[in-house]
Amino acid sequence: MTSKEWRQLTLLLVAVALMALIPLGDDGYWLSICISIVMFTALATSWSIFSGPTHYISLASAAFFGIGSYVTALGFESLSLWVLVPIAGVMGALIAALIGLATLRLSGVYFVIFTLGLAELIRQITTWVQNASGQKGFYVLTDVTESQLYWALLGLCLFVFLLGGLIERSRLGFAVRIIGDDEAVARHVGINTALTKVILFMVPGAVAAMVGAILAPRYVYIEPSLAFAPILSFQVVIMALLGGTGRLWGPLVGVVPFTFLWEFLSSTFPNQTTLLLGVAFLVIVFVLPQGFIGLFASIKRRMNGGRA
Amino acid sequence: MDILITGILLGGTYALIAMGLNLQYGVARIMNLANGEMLVAGGFAAFWFYVNQALSPLLTWVLVAPVAFLLNWLIYQIILRPLVKRAKNRGMLERDSILATFGLSFIGVGVMLASFGGDYFSYSFAATPVVIFGDTFGLNRVLSFVAAVILCGAVYLWMHFTRIGMAMRALAVEPRSAGLVGIKVSKLAAIAFALGGTITAVGGSLISTYLTLDASTGVVFTLKALIIVIMGGVGDIRGTIIAALMLGIIETLVASLIDPGLTLAAAYLLFILILLFRPQGLFGRVRS
Amino acid sequence: MIKTLKRGLTALSLSAALVSTATLADTLKIGAVAPKTGPLAGGATVTQWPTVKLWVEQVNARGGIKVDGKMMPVELIEYDDQTNPGETIKAVQRLATQDKADFIVAPYGTGLNIAAAPIFSRYGYPQIAVSAITDQVADLSSKFPGMFFTLGSTSTFAEDAVKVLADLRDKGEIGNKVAMVNVADAFGIELAAAAKPIFENANFELVYETSYPLGTQDLSPVVKAAKAANPDAFVAWSYPPDTFGLTEQAIIEDLNVKAFYTAVATSFPAYGGRFGAKVNNVLGAGGVHADSAAYQEYAKAHMDLTGQAPDFWASATTYASLQILEQSIEAVGNDRKAVTAHLKEASFDTILGPISFNGNNFNEAFWTVGQWQDGVFHGVAARGRDGAKEVRVKDGWN
Repeated sequence: MTSKEWRQLTLLLVAVALMALIPLGDDGYWLSICISIVMFTALATSWSIFSGPTHYISLASAAFFGIGSYVTALGFESLSLWVLVPIAGVMGALIAALIGLATLRLSGVYFVIFTLGLAELIRQITTWVQNASGQKGFYVLTDVTESQLYWALLGLCLFVFLLGGLIERSRLGFAVRIIGDDEAVARHVGINTALTKVILFMVPGAVAAMVGAILAPRYVYIEPSLAFAPILSFQVVIMALLGGTGRLWGPLVGVVPFTFLWEFLSSTFPNQTTLLLGVAFLVIVFVLPQGFIGLFASIKRRMNGGRA
Repeated sequence: MDILITGILLGGTYALIAMGLNLQYGVARIMNLANGEMLVAGGFAAFWFYVNQALSPLLTWVLVAPVAFLLNWLIYQIILRPLVKRAKNRGMLERDSILATFGLSFIGVGVMLASFGGDYFSYSFAATPVVIFGDTFGLNRVLSFVAAVILCGAVYLWMHFTRIGMAMRALAVEPRSAGLVGIKVSKLAAIAFALGGTITAVGGSLISTYLTLDASTGVVFTLKALIIVIMGGVGDIRGTIIAALMLGIIETLVASLIDPGLTLAAAYLLFILILLFRPQGLFGRVRS
Repeated sequence: MIKTLKRGLTALSLSAALVSTATLADTLKIGAVAPKTGPLAGGATVTQWPTVKLWVEQVNARGGIKVDGKMMPVELIEYDDQTNPGETIKAVQRLATQDKADFIVAPYGTGLNIAAAPIFSRYGYPQIAVSAITDQVADLSSKFPGMFFTLGSTSTFAEDAVKVLADLRDKGEIGNKVAMVNVADAFGIELAAAAKPIFENANFELVYETSYPLGTQDLSPVVKAAKAANPDAFVAWSYPPDTFGLTEQAIIEDLNVKAFYTAVATSFPAYGGRFGAKVNNVLGAGGVHADSAAYQEYAKAHMDLTGQAPDFWASATTYASLQILEQSIEAVGNDRKAVTAHLKEASFDTILGPISFNGNNFNEAFWTVGQWQDGVFHGVAARGRDGAKEVRVKDGWN
């Protein structure tokens, strides 16, 4: 590893360690906000590991999140939560692989639409199964505390960053960057583009499922319409795009301000929350087309340009 | 037979919700996620005029159409055109338009909420039985189907027999070349977007005669419309109509013969199958 | 639009008045979080928000709530949770720790109430839940001792619906063939699962059963299939959009049953408004003693302030839950712990009649089945409530 990489790794570990201290200071409102931040960081970063280089906008986060919630809901009475989370991850990865194989040969926008409806589809199938088996809604009543959930999510974030870093440096990462630049070239060079995309798609699938599994105890009552709410997918996308997908830490830079913006709008304008969120989206799209990363890059360019 | 006709009627409903989006995405290249909100707005207009002014929902379009046209035209010019100009390639435009129209859909919900509240609105219009081939159907659905046929027919004729229509089809097929042959691309795209929005709003007025809507229900319709447009192939009206009918019939078949709980699963299966064997959609063109 | 403006101006002037009184006296901060957007917004807009506003306005018109001999006006802090449990949780946290609310009105809907329960419990806020219908009352109240249930439970609703039909059958008014459908959402699934064995034990024959997804645009296959099975009674565990849809289809198909039941939203004024005389004798979930002076007074005040009528079920219960809160605060003061303890012990005087909570924090007196009779949705079956009207048989859709 280069010295730059050592620096980045150290920064990451220090940041995680600092964040881990938060529950010791406050275990109420601010912890709640931090849970939001950590949850979306994990979701958005894993999302951009796939969607960044391939430019395929996946709106499937809600589907995998719901799957993870249900893994916990179904299993929490027999297994510990900490065993269920990796199981959820594996399930998420497998389902992502299946979906990837079926759809990643399609061109961009078809993939987007399909993933958008995926949460609805899985929700419908889940309710159908639930209905056929007469199973009532799940009440995930456990003794897990919010702080424990927070640390679990933080650990997941660390895992995502490490994984992302590894992928970036690997042949897989190289292959996917070529695919992103020009898929035809990638194919000519001998890269199995379909397989590459599928493997990469398994990352956000697994992570989103694990996030859902971890958070199920927080929501207590797991029912399909709440577990598979599509808005989650859009939140993830906009946060990742707000930060910028060029760098691994890009989405993080989007998640933090967006979480505070959402919180600000929700608490200050209870009757116009939705309206103002829409305005915020529009502003973001217009002002920050490349996200914050793009903004930083252009500032840096201007500074360097000025100096030269 | 019953299933077939019910399915066709449902297909008519679906055609109404998808037709507008086809124009907006196919010609103007805007994946409009606020489509559902425009539909609900049209529905609310019909509700309001029916309940307060006793105006038949079949006539509301006279008032809704011009307002919707203007509104959508303005939305395109003010919000979407800058994105079009800025986008360096199609992928970027799609991404930007998805996010921007998602924002618009939120704004749409917020505005409707502020204007008429979050309550459900529904009314009874022509909820009388009509017998066709020995089976009963709702008159309101039959009327809306007839209106859908007229509307789709009008759009089709317009697209194929007028100069503007032909220019729009050219734009849908190959936007770059269209500019070369003297078509004013951006002006045409604005008209297409506005027209698409108008059709959606009028469709909403018709649908409100038999479906219950509220300010937040738009998203369900957007999803269905997107599926139908992609399935049918972007840019060709026939594709949307056929896809809408197919979806209506298949859903009704599944609901009647298998289980109503699997309708969306069936719709998705259809969607996947079509795209696997014909990735450009039923009537779409392979992109060069 | 004008009504909204008027309402806005009223709200503005009311809040201005509140602000000015706030500077003179301390206010009692009451938080409320419920959907204003999202899938449950339609229901919350009818059942919860107008009643909350009405209660606040009426309380302040009286000068406030009497706390330790002093009149404290109520300051309402509202949030929209967008039908997202994550937002409900955050909003309750915010109310508890940032806004320092003295009390918090329970959220709307089973899922959102249960998601918020751990937070209510952690900060010691009593949660007088209304629209939370569940069979897990014992588990939930043992884990969340401050959570109270006012509207009933899943199995009681199923039992009483079956009982109403069984009574009709035993009187010879209807046969024993039932078509039962449900919306494929937790609510519908639970009710259907609870009802099926009850029907079978009561010697009913379920000639048609199915579930349909929430948001289905065409329910005619469901109604046609039900009709083909020749049922004597039709029962649907449904949500607002499909309650309306199924009813309309039944009218079009002329589903000739002597008992027709749709669940949620049958009690909404919009239901009666849309279908008018056609839904005379339609049965639905809930109900209220519509003839009682208390309810009529409440309904009139609701209409005068908000311009819309309350529903004939959970609206009144929501108002009752607020009355309970008010009475408790007046009895033991602005002390959440004391109020929670008081709620468990005392009996309260509400527009529904007396309400008290048993050992499981469950109110055992509630309406379960109502019926539209000549333009009013009256309660026809209840646990522990008087004033039930005689159940009528449905005869045709005209």
